[in-house]
Formats: sequence, C-alpha cells, structure tokens
Amino acid sequence: MISEFIIGVGILVLLGLFFAVVIAVAYKKLRVYEDPRIDQVEEMLPHANCGACGQPGCRAFAEKVVGNELLPSKCTVSAPDAIARIAEYLGVDAGSEEKRIARVLCAGGKNEAHNLADYRGTLRTCRGESVVNGGPKACNWGCLGLGDCEAACDFDALHMNEDGLPVVIPDLCVACGDCVEACPKGLIELMPESQKLIVQCKSRLEGDLALSKCSVACTACGRCVADGAPGLIEIVNNLAVVNYELNNLASAEATRRCPTDAIIWLEGAQFKEKQVGTLPLGKVERTHFEEDLENRYWQ
Amino acid sequence: MSSNLFGSLPTFPHGVHPDEYKELACHRRIERMPFVEVYTLPLSQHLGAPSKPVVKEGQKVRRGELIAEPGGFVSVGLHSPVDGVVHAIDLFDHPNGQVLPAIQIRTDRFSTQQLTIQPGTPPEEMTTPEFIKAVQWSGMVGMGGAAFPAHVKFSIPEGKTCKYLMINGCECEPFLTCDHRVMVEYARDLVDGTRILAHFLKPEKVYIAIESNKPDAISILKEKTAEMDFPMEVIALEVKYPQGAEKMMISAILGTEVPSGKLPLDVGVLVSNVGTAVAMSQYFRQGLPLVERVVTVSGTAVKRPSNLLVPIGTPMRDVVDYCGGITVPSPRILLGGPMMGMVQKNLDVPVVKGTSGILALTEREVRDLDTYSCIRCGRCLDACPLFLNPARMGLLARKGLWEELEENNIMDCFECASCSFVCPSGIPLVQSFRVGKAMIRERKSKK
Repeated sequence: MISEFIIGVGILVLLGLFFAVVIAVAYKKLRVYEDPRIDQVEEMLPHANCGACGQPGCRAFAEKVVGNELLPSKCTVSAPDAIARIAEYLGVDAGSEEKRIARVLCAGGKNEAHNLADYRGTLRTCRGESVVNGGPKACNWGCLGLGDCEAACDFDALHMNEDGLPVVIPDLCVACGDCVEACPKGLIELMPESQKLIVQCKSRLEGDLALSKCSVACTACGRCVADGAPGLIEIVNNLAVVNYELNNLASAEATRRCPTDAIIWLEGAQFKEKQVGTLPLGKVERTHFEEDLENRYWQ
Repeated sequence: MSSNLFGSLPTFPHGVHPDEYKELACHRRIERMPFVEVYTLPLSQHLGAPSKPVVKEGQKVRRGELIAEPGGFVSVGLHSPVDGVVHAIDLFDHPNGQVLPAIQIRTDRFSTQQLTIQPGTPPEEMTTPEFIKAVQWSGMVGMGGAAFPAHVKFSIPEGKTCKYLMINGCECEPFLTCDHRVMVEYARDLVDGTRILAHFLKPEKVYIAIESNKPDAISILKEKTAEMDFPMEVIALEVKYPQGAEKMMISAILGTEVPSGKLPLDVGVLVSNVGTAVAMSQYFRQGLPLVERVVTVSGTAVKRPSNLLVPIGTPMRDVVDYCGGITVPSPRILLGGPMMGMVQKNLDVPVVKGTSGILALTEREVRDLDTYSCIRCGRCLDACPLFLNPARMGLLARKGLWEELEENNIMDCFECASCSFVCPSGIPLVQSFRVGKAMIRERKSKK
C-alpha cells in the first residue's frame, strides 16, 4: 500500500525533474536576446499607440529608438522632459522635431456656407453624408461639420464649435494623423507650427461663383500673390497656394487685403470655440431702443 | 435554366419584391423634349478617363458634331446635342455631386436642329477593330446606369469567347419605364442593333430578357425576332428585384454563377442594355451618335409622369418643368430608380448618358425609419442576391473595421439595397457599405 504511494510520487517527481531539465536547456539554448532597454524605453513612452511616429505602436518605436534608427524626439506625444529622459537613459541625442499641428483647410461653417438640401438619412456622419451626392453643402469641397474628426481624435484635441467647424487645440494636438484619415473631404493637414500663413479654402471655383457657395471662399483674386513676397504665393486651379519652401519670407502682409479672409496669419488655434460677431443670414442686430422697449413691455 | 418545376418563370435565388409603381408612366408614349437654351456636357459622363475637348470657346457646332475625343482606351467621344455655339469650357455641377469640367453650349435659336450627318460604312463591311473604334468615337456607353464605355465591353480579350449575348430589358427598378417604352416603340431598332452586335461578337445564341410585367414588350419583340435570320430568344423572367443586375440575369437564364471578382465574359456571357442596342442601330443606320436618351420622369410628386427623349446635357430643372413641375414643396429628387438611385441636392445639373430616370417622391414614400438594434432575424441574408452577410458587414462598417469588411467580400456587393429594403430595424445597411467601399478604395489608393 505504502509502496504504491511511493511509486506514484516517485514517477511524478522524476517527470518533474525531466521537464525541469528540458526547460532549463531550452532557456539556455533557444533564448532570443532582447535588449532590456527596450522595456525601459517603452515604459517611458506615453503608451498611446497613436502612430504619429510612423511606427505601428510604442513598442515598435522603442525598438527603433534603442536600435538607433530613430531619434526619441520623433515621438510627438511625449512631453519634452520625457524625451530628454529617454535620450539621457540611452545616452543619445534627443534630436529636435518641430511640433506639427492638424490644420483645417476650410472655414465655411454653418453661417458661412449654405446647404442646398437637408441630409435626412440615418447615417449621420461626414462619411455617410459624403457618399450621398457629395454631401448637402453647396460647396463640393467644404467641411460637412458632423465631426468625424472629433470622433477620431484620441487626445481630446479637436472639438466642433457652434459653427460646425473643428477647432484644434494646438497644445493637445500631437499630429497623429487620425483626423486626417477620418475627413472624407481631405480638409485636414498636418503642418509645422512655423507655417503661419494658411489658406483656409479648397474650393476650385473662381470669383462670384465661389462666393455664391461660401462667404469665406478663396475667390482667386490674386491680391495675396501681389502682397506677399515674390514667389511665395501662387494661384493654382483658382486657389491660392503657399509655397512653404519660402516660409521664412512669409508675413501677415499677404493677408491684409484678402476680401474673404480665406488666407490668414495664424497665431494659436484656428477657429473660436464660441462663434462671436456673426449672425445668421437675414437677421439684423437689434438696437438698444428695441431691446429697451421689449424689456419694458415684459415688465 | 433554373428550376421550372411548377411552371414558374426562370429567376435567381433570393431577392425582394418592392412595389412597382410602373403604372405611373408605363403607358406614356416617348415624347421628344423640346430644345432648351443651354446644354452642359460634362467631360466625364462615363467610367474611365474624361474626354478631351476638341472645340474652343465661341466655336459654332452642329448637332451630332464631335466636341470631345476619347481621352484613353476606357473613354468615349462626346457630341453636341444641338446646333449652337460653345459658350464655356469650365467647371460645372455634375449629377454625382462633384464639380467637374464640362462644355457648355448655347443653342442657336434659329436652327431647325435638322440632323445633317450621314451614316458611315455599313457595319457588315467593317472589321472588328474598325467596329470597336466606331463605337468608341460614337460616344456609346452602357445605358443601364453605370455608363461603362460600350466598346470596352465589346472588345473581347484573347482567349475568351462570347457564347451568349444577353440583351437586358428587365428594368427591375420600381418607377422606371424608359427601357419598357424603348422596347415597345423601338422594337425594330432594338432587334437590328442586336443583330449588329451578334455579327461582331459571334455568340451561339442571343437572349432578350424581359421581366414578365411587360407583356406588350415581350409579344412585340417575339414578333420582330421571329423575322430575323439569327437565333434570338425572348425570355420572360420572374418579376423580382434585382433581376436586371447582369449577374442575377445570367443566373436566371443559364443557372451559372459568375465567380466573385470575375466578369460575365469569364463564363462566356455578354450582357448589354436594350438602350445600348437601340443606340447601336441608330448610329450605324442613321449616323446619330449618342446625343439623346430616353429618360423616365416619374414619381408621385411629378405632375405629369412621362417618358422623354432628352438631349444629353439638358438641365434637369427644364426636364422637370416640361413635365408640369413638382406638386409638393420639398420633394426628394432621385436620379435613377428608388432602390439604387442617388439623391440629388441640386436640380441645376444636366442629364448625362447614365441618367435613366428622374424621380420626385413625396414625404410619404421617403419617410425615415427609426434605427433599432439588429435583432438577428436574418431577412437580409435571405434577400442578398449575392449570398453575402449584410448584417455582419453592417456591423463591421459601423465599427470601422475596414480590413475585416473586405474579408467579408464587401467589394462584391453592388449596392442593390435589397438588405436595407427588408431590414425591420431600419438599419442603414447599404449606406454604410457605400462608406465602407469608399474607405477601402481610399486606403488602397494611398498604399
């Protein structure tokens, strides 16, 4: 009776020892060396897996950084001191990457660009509207204003304002490019922060025809071309296009005479969170007298 | 031929039965639309490369004169629909919602619009390459709605043969009656155009497929084909949507399935619309290039539903006004049929070669359904003529899982909208498939 018990335990112990040896040998022989620094660097990265660096995720980026293929500053999500820490830990140059921000190339919100029809379908997203006759807006190129970009932003850096335009908060934007992909009209571009002269229009129409669709459209009048530094701006396909290779020549001078404010000199965020100053078409601002009268009437 | 066990008509498996509404316009004779002031002819009315203008602003053109040449092999010529002057070559609104280059022609008010061109060589004396070139330069496209250049379809690649030629007169979309009227009123041209096609494609047999709700067209075509020296069979098919889709028609008539991602020619079949066959005859016998087409103007919001012979490029507003205008304040305007047609936001766009119908529907017919959750009833699976899984595809499309969507064969879907039609939860299935397909194509083009 006891001997059977001992045999059973003995077999299990032997089996255990055998597999322990197999595992020990396999651990030595089949081991793949992995730099322990990769784990450390990954720990220091923000774990956003956003893809702004062009890599499939933070782990892949950490491998590239440790392998000296990329500089730590390629990670635009990390704060500068986190980058410095990684560089210090690896003993490499942090590198310098200019901050890029998502810029919206359309300023035609609800108050500026009118709709030809109401979208009444059930798929209320920009993508859904854009496959139905190009969306209800009169302008073929304009922002549809339903916030596909807002839904795509993982960093809470993009909000739709009352006018139906996306407001990018420069401090929060990490240039991951998700909104660029989300926009069916291709209106969002990642631009370096130093590019301050921006044409907020994509319409290829000219003059009054462009104005008939949107009050802030580029009418291709060419005043910015004349006012800007030579060669800085040119009109291509009825649209002012800034040559950013000459960005150091750019100044706010080019935007002074723009009749529609389609070209702007940008400091900070693009649009206001709250719309001020513009009234819906057809409504006149009330005078003090009228307001006074109304107040008295109700009292 | 598929099952005929109970004496039923041949058809394909699955599909739906929407209300027909064809009685609104099916007995109206085709009228010629009067000429209007301005015609806008977009340079890309067909699939493929846009045409290249060969006229200048201010130039005088005659009716039927070439104004733009093909811009590549998958491209066709464009002809002036009227005697007039080229007013502008610029960007104009296109019925697909975009703003695209077009030629605008102002009509010469004092012209009689008499056609002065003569037919070229009779097709019987042409070689096949000559025939293909003639079809390309005549501006011929598939008149069913997709506007695929006809000559590309007719040029059969090496190693493939056209065993059966099918002329598609199904017209399964509700409301549309233009093909029906064409078959009744242009029966002789239709049979003659089919004979010309058969001469070059050399099929063993020609089928003319018509849904059985058009008995007058079936009887008149049976009569006309009996006189021909070529074996042509007029087949009545069951009334079911989407019977007029070419893959469904092949399945109904021959019982063979066109494999995924393949063309009908891979199973030895070539399908052509009745309008295309009529246009072939008119071009080769009378010399008339594709400058006009029959358009159904129908719907409950149109005062006088009609079938009109409209010159290509006529503004839709003029066409609708000619039909007595619209009776309700905010109609929904559709181009094409109600199942696959595109909602139109703008009536100031021209009729193009692919416009088969202009429908104006009232609030009652287009009311929006509330969307509920999928209850897994499986009706969409029973409706999908391609045996896809619309419920799953809809879920994937809403979640934005584009790779998985492609693995579920969304690219085979031809957006017939049968699934959306039967969905009791009002889920926007076909809409999300359109988004998904656009997204997949966009991602592919970026790579």
